[in-house]
Amino acid sequence: MKVLVQTADFDLGAEVRAICGSPKIGAVASFVGVVREVAMTLEHYPGMTEKALEKITREAMSRWQVLDCAVIHRYGELQPGDQIVMVAVASAHRRDAFAACEFIMDYLKTQAPFWKKEGAGWVEARSSDDEAAGRWA
Amino acid sequence: MKVKVLFFASLREQLGKSQEEMELPASVDTVESLRTHLGARGGPFGKAFDGKALVRAAVNQEMAQPGVRIKAGDEVAFFPPVTGG
Repeated sequence: MKVLVQTADFDLGAEVRAICGSPKIGAVASFVGVVREVAMTLEHYPGMTEKALEKITREAMSRWQVLDCAVIHRYGELQPGDQIVMVAVASAHRRDAFAACEFIMDYLKTQAPFWKKEGAGWVEARSSDDEAAGRWA
Repeated sequence: MKVKVLFFASLREQLGKSQEEMELPASVDTVESLRTHLGARGGPFGKAFDGKALVRAAVNQEMAQPGVRIKAGDEVAFFPPVTGG
């Protein structure tokens, strides 16, 4: 399990290869979030962010048969088209991989302390994100 | 008791500060009572901690509901609902 919070970009292919060490792995699901249209600045709560992401990831590993996973979230200044976040989950079978990947993203959206600012305005939280996370309760 | 209070994102900008050390009276011992205590300062604090404002909190870097207890030395953070991902 790998959780990183960083300003640098990431390479999904390299991260996927890195979690595929076990011969038991038969499925890898991954998600990448990308900056849409407008440049943004992402602020976070150093210390709590890492803890929150680790907690969410451990929860996913306890709910599904996950053999390994990687979560990387960037912060700082990001331009349209830049990658923001990635989640990759390796499992024996696809259902566990898909479900755990989606769970981590849904929980991250409501539990990890990141805030997006576009120009002078802060992005408002969406109730649809709370509903998405609520599905897994 | 002494606690460290942090502010993030729009709240940090509204208040013009990212953190402060506070000496709390004995009656202030939960997230909710600290929120009320801060709001009672008036000015930008009154506005930011108005009862209708959407403010989330964390105690010692764990998300915390209004009823969570605060003790000496804790790190308490206030911030708007998160928007990562």
